[in-house]
Amino acid sequence: MSETSQETEARRLATEARDRVRFEEDALALSDQVYRVARHLVGSRDEAEDLMQETYARAFRSWRSFSPGTNLRAWLLRILTNLNIDRGRKLQRTPDSQPLEEGDYFLYNRLEQSVGDESPDEERVVERLSQDGVVSALSAVPHDFRDVLVLVDIGDFSYADAAQILDIPIGTVMSRLHRGRRILKTQLAGETVGAT
Amino acid sequence: MTSFEIDPCSKCEEVMQPYLDGSLSDAEIAEAHAHLDLCAYCAKRYRFEVELRRFVRQAAVEEMPPELKQRLAQLRTPLL
Repeated sequence: MSETSQETEARRLATEARDRVRFEEDALALSDQVYRVARHLVGSRDEAEDLMQETYARAFRSWRSFSPGTNLRAWLLRILTNLNIDRGRKLQRTPDSQPLEEGDYFLYNRLEQSVGDESPDEERVVERLSQDGVVSALSAVPHDFRDVLVLVDIGDFSYADAAQILDIPIGTVMSRLHRGRRILKTQLAGETVGAT
Repeated sequence: MTSFEIDPCSKCEEVMQPYLDGSLSDAEIAEAHAHLDLCAYCAKRYRFEVELRRFVRQAAVEEMPPELKQRLAQLRTPLL
């Protein structure tokens, strides 16, 4: 007995509803990980919460454009970073001057001096850092560098994923990451032992 | 740009991040590795960098407020 067109349509709708429910559950299961990144892409907790809600509202509306089997976390972060850029980062003014950027050993050298011992263990040097200092130093990194830094070093995305999320070439991801880490370290040195 | 022959510690500092990222070529990894085995100054800074990455990652973790989780769940499409 062949299926009527009504039955075919009912079956299609049921399949779509099931797929949508699964998508929404999968997306919500990732929300902690998405928030972890979102929190440091913007300056405040309130902004991060707004951005999360806008992101999930848009993701639930456009769920059909997600290709099952691809990286859902990266897909959500792509929506989130686009929304963040669309918002014009109005509340997040970029400083007029670029922050100072030192070499890779700079932070260690500054912290080591501040410990006072001739040659302290590196554990004691790391202990000079504080959680608040890290959060504050991260927020002082200019946006373009911070986006990459947060995606790769906090969100654990690969260079390739970060390039796709931000829609920039992989070489730009690498150069921004390199500079972003140096800026972060310079800021951390300032936060921890004061400016030079 | 310098080299391990001319100024090994500066070169080691230059390649430290790509070394930690695993994005150097095999030959560059071997050079960096050989230098780190011999140089206590750079080895100490290498261990610090490993610790620093771990510390930054942990320090940056901020749990999502439970109310936000609820608000996100409320955005779901209602079942008919």
